[in-house]
Amino acid sequence: MMIIKNKILVEDDWQVLRLNDQETPENVVVAAGKVIVPLKVWLAQRDGLKQRDDLGVWFASDERSEELKEDVRKFQIIAVDFPKFSDGRGYSIAFNLRARLGFTGELRAIGDVLRDQLFYMQRVGFDAFAPRPDRDIHDALKGFEDFSEVYQTSFDKKLPLFRRAQRKGKSSVEVVNG
Amino acid sequence: MYCYDEYDQKIIDERVAQYRDQVCRRLANELTETEFLPLRLQNGLYMQVHGYMLRIAVPYGLISSRQMRMFAHIARKYDRGYGHFTTRQNIQFNWLKLEETPDILADLASVQMHAIQTSGNCIRNITSDEFAGVAQDEVVDPRPYAEILRQWSTFHPEFAYLPRKFKIAISGGREDRAAILAHDIGISATKNAQGEIGFRILVGGGLGRTPIVGSEICEFLPWQHLLTYVESILRIYNQFGRRDNKYKARIKILVKALGIDEFRRLVEEDWADLKDGPGTLTAEEVDRVASFFIDPEYEKLPDHNSKLNEFKADNRNFSNWMSRNVIAHRVPGYAIVVLSLKKPGNAPGDATDAQMDAIADLADRYSFGEMRITHKQNIVFADVKQSNLIDLWQEITRQELASPNIGLLTDMISCPGAEFCTLANARSIPLAKLIAERFENIDFQHDIGEITLNISGCMNACGQNHIGNIGVTGVEKKNHEEWYQVSIGGAEGNDCAMGKILGPSLTFYQVPEAIDRILQVYLRERIDEGERFIDTVHRIGHKPFKDYVYATDFEEESVKNDRDDMSVMPAQYAVPFYSPRF
Repeated sequence: MMIIKNKILVEDDWQVLRLNDQETPENVVVAAGKVIVPLKVWLAQRDGLKQRDDLGVWFASDERSEELKEDVRKFQIIAVDFPKFSDGRGYSIAFNLRARLGFTGELRAIGDVLRDQLFYMQRVGFDAFAPRPDRDIHDALKGFEDFSEVYQTSFDKKLPLFRRAQRKGKSSVEVVNG
Repeated sequence: MYCYDEYDQKIIDERVAQYRDQVCRRLANELTETEFLPLRLQNGLYMQVHGYMLRIAVPYGLISSRQMRMFAHIARKYDRGYGHFTTRQNIQFNWLKLEETPDILADLASVQMHAIQTSGNCIRNITSDEFAGVAQDEVVDPRPYAEILRQWSTFHPEFAYLPRKFKIAISGGREDRAAILAHDIGISATKNAQGEIGFRILVGGGLGRTPIVGSEICEFLPWQHLLTYVESILRIYNQFGRRDNKYKARIKILVKALGIDEFRRLVEEDWADLKDGPGTLTAEEVDRVASFFIDPEYEKLPDHNSKLNEFKADNRNFSNWMSRNVIAHRVPGYAIVVLSLKKPGNAPGDATDAQMDAIADLADRYSFGEMRITHKQNIVFADVKQSNLIDLWQEITRQELASPNIGLLTDMISCPGAEFCTLANARSIPLAKLIAERFENIDFQHDIGEITLNISGCMNACGQNHIGNIGVTGVEKKNHEEWYQVSIGGAEGNDCAMGKILGPSLTFYQVPEAIDRILQVYLRERIDEGERFIDTVHRIGHKPFKDYVYATDFEEESVKNDRDDMSVMPAQYAVPFYSPRF
């Protein structure tokens, strides 16, 4: 499967484990190989899984980054699920994973991931994106180019515009109003 | 006022390109309507009764004559010759074509305007005191901080898909004129004993289905921390606000559920990491932004123009206008003038393209080319020389903008209501018109004195019915009748309070009569003319009003002749009969 990583298309072989109705975090069997497991599965089966170095973990939108606190550095990949693109909790989960918990590995957006949200997603700390499979992934790349400048600090910009740029006060702005 | 530098302009221009592309993709069906919906909403574009409605931001209500002329241009070129100023200091155009909206945004960008985040579940336009910078009771000019908040909230990546919309208001006077207690975040700019600037922060206020007065989360936040503290509030809300039920999704529900102390604890825990970090405001940035809000070049003028008094003595209309529409300015020789958009027969807040052009010209001549949109849907000229008041009054009288009714009964707030809005249960503007006609007599209005009457077409309360001294809310349409609840006792300002519903719902034609009866009780019960309506309500309570309003049946005879046939409503909806142009 192709995903976007650091703004380019790459082949990817991570599997995302999603539980079906019969499975519970406790009873689900995590397959061998590179699997991104639900946070609940990790928390339930931590003792059995902690030796594996080929696992990632994904957050549902109603989970909080703090729940992984002690383990965050174990993973080279963490994903955040967007059940609907309009559910914005994933942005704060990502920001907290990066800014609060210091996660430095791959942070991937999964689920209802669409072009028009990518600009914001990369700002809060996502560096990998698995766009919804029914959409043209090449088209999605354009989403990163929406804006060339931003006002506020987030994970991508450590300084807000007013600390990065020499901005003009009234005396030097061409007054066009009035 | 604030002027864009190359950064601001670039961001706005890139937005136009982004939005134009989104519209193209929607028209080509590459975006579904479900996917396009939040995108267009974050750009103020609603699908309403007649088609697309665009809400354009007027940041904290401040607008230049050049920008006002652009509104006139948009009204002429893309719409039907008028616009509607809203209670959140914005303007709405009701009859637009989707494919033309990118061009409208491009036109707006050419005068440093936009429609960013005027709708959607994101941080909305920051509103403020319409008398900021000129009010006599001002402690801190809120405009620089409003602009700083505007920039910070514009395209904030983390807070574009909140549980629900998010409204911030800031005021800096002793009296609150920005309804800060009825906002998701209300900010009062103030000074401590040492004279340092800071903010009292309120959270979780709001109207709508669950009206709640905001709670104090921080008594005095030093100015440097404004953005980081607000960021923490938003982050807690984004994570914990309810998303399962849109009627329970506003921050007020979260604050109530957690309690203000627990909510504060969560915010301060989050804030501990941000405090004194790079998001902290610098004196340089505040000074830079404040440089746009320094006083215009006021002349040294004497107060008390004797000519005014002579003219007043000879001219009742002018005298009424002076007493209601002209407000004391902090600089001697100057006055604040409120242009009334509440002429009987007009929809509250509507202005035609010709009026907008005229207003812009007058602002150039009389008020340094700037004006403010008020939350009561009027327009303020903030810096008028007292010696120009007579001339200005004559000019605006010709433009039908001089109704001497500011703060009086017919200075009603009204949402667009069911003729325009798909959410509404009932019509608002025709009801406002009916009420305005009934109480048109200006001497009667001056006798009643200060009173606020706010009308909403549904419980979403865009017309701020809860904080009207008299509030009217459309509750349902049943048996070809529209039904309304009437409340009394609501108030805005420092004594912000939510009104209490008087009794059973009333029909469209019963509402004016009910208001009449409420006013009769007031006139009968008030101690003297100095006791305002709201004071009487506080003193004697609701009961005398309720008893009298419902004591006798409402006469149907008086209204029969002009009763609308509700069964033909759709045809009537197509072209609202009251609009300025039709």
